Amino acid sequence: MMHRLVATLVLLFAAVCARAENFDVYPFESQDEEARFERLTHELRCPKCQNQSIADSNAPIAQDLRKRTYELVREGRSDDEVVSYLKERYGEFITYKPAFNAVTSLLWGGPFLLLAVVVVVLLLRRRRLAAASGTDVVAPVPVQAPDPRQVRDILARYDEEDRR
Amino acid sequence: MKRVLVFALPLLAFLALAVLFLSRIGENSDALPTALAGKPLPAFSLPSLDGGTVTQADLKGPLLLNVWGTWCPSCYDEHPYLLELARQGVVIVGLNYKDEVPAARDFLVRLGSPYRQVIVDAEGTLGLDLGVYGAPETFVIDAQGRVLHRVTGVVTPENFAAEIAPLLKPAAEGSAP
Repeated sequence: MMHRLVATLVLLFAAVCARAENFDVYPFESQDEEARFERLTHELRCPKCQNQSIADSNAPIAQDLRKRTYELVREGRSDDEVVSYLKERYGEFITYKPAFNAVTSLLWGGPFLLLAVVVVVLLLRRRRLAAASGTDVVAPVPVQAPDPRQVRDILARYDEEDRR
Repeated sequence: MKRVLVFALPLLAFLALAVLFLSRIGENSDALPTALAGKPLPAFSLPSLDGGTVTQADLKGPLLLNVWGTWCPSCYDEHPYLLELARQGVVIVGLNYKDEVPAARDFLVRLGSPYRQVIVDAEGTLGLDLGVYGAPETFVIDAQGRVLHRVTGVVTPENFAAEIAPLLKPAAEGSAP
């Protein structure tokens, strides 16, 4: 039991080391700096591996961009300055939060446009249904009283099946 | 009519998507336009492979700035065509990107050099200023030293004819007095 526990812990530790080894460790002066670095690297997109942030990717370019982000943060540049520094070089693409302009308007506006279309379609449908139900659908369907003879027949059949 | 629509609309949507996706097959999906288009080259001062120093002032085109490294497999594929272009008189400057100098020298000695000059960017600092994210990448530079266009990936006869040659021509005329 004890052996197994120790082995598990050792393996766990090794796994953590193996992961840590992939990523550079940057010393920071303050927690605030570190938090900003973390936030920025998660907000910046790796240009080589387009579905990863530069924090997640270990492509050489992501390493370089992390290093440069670190340097800029250490130089005391603001978040906006860091992002625009990289935008000047890599374009709007580099950030997961692109600015609103002519090119990105569809990107930002698209979901709302789609929502508007859906709302309009639903409203039209509702109106049509309401118009239709106003005339004939709502008229109550008369409920017929059950035929007592039929009821007796059915009950008799069940009784018979029970007896068998 | 309504019943027809119920079947036809999803089918049409599917076909539209199929056409869209089919048209994208084989296209370079990570090609990005350069953020520097129309802007001057960033300022730099880096050693050249033959021992001198190169700055942005030395790069007046029309020329191609080709980012390469011996660690980059596609650069080997691209190399024969670059030699061919150099033979045709296209000025190509190499940017040896995050590479080892001896390996770069050996590559050019063994395979021949298409470059007028090779800038050594061992740390990738100029690469970062240019927005380089891999190799090969090729920038078209005009007579005033401005960036006109970037090709990410291998330069081929097709993309040379379509994207690069038209940019080199008016630039060449413009530079002649």
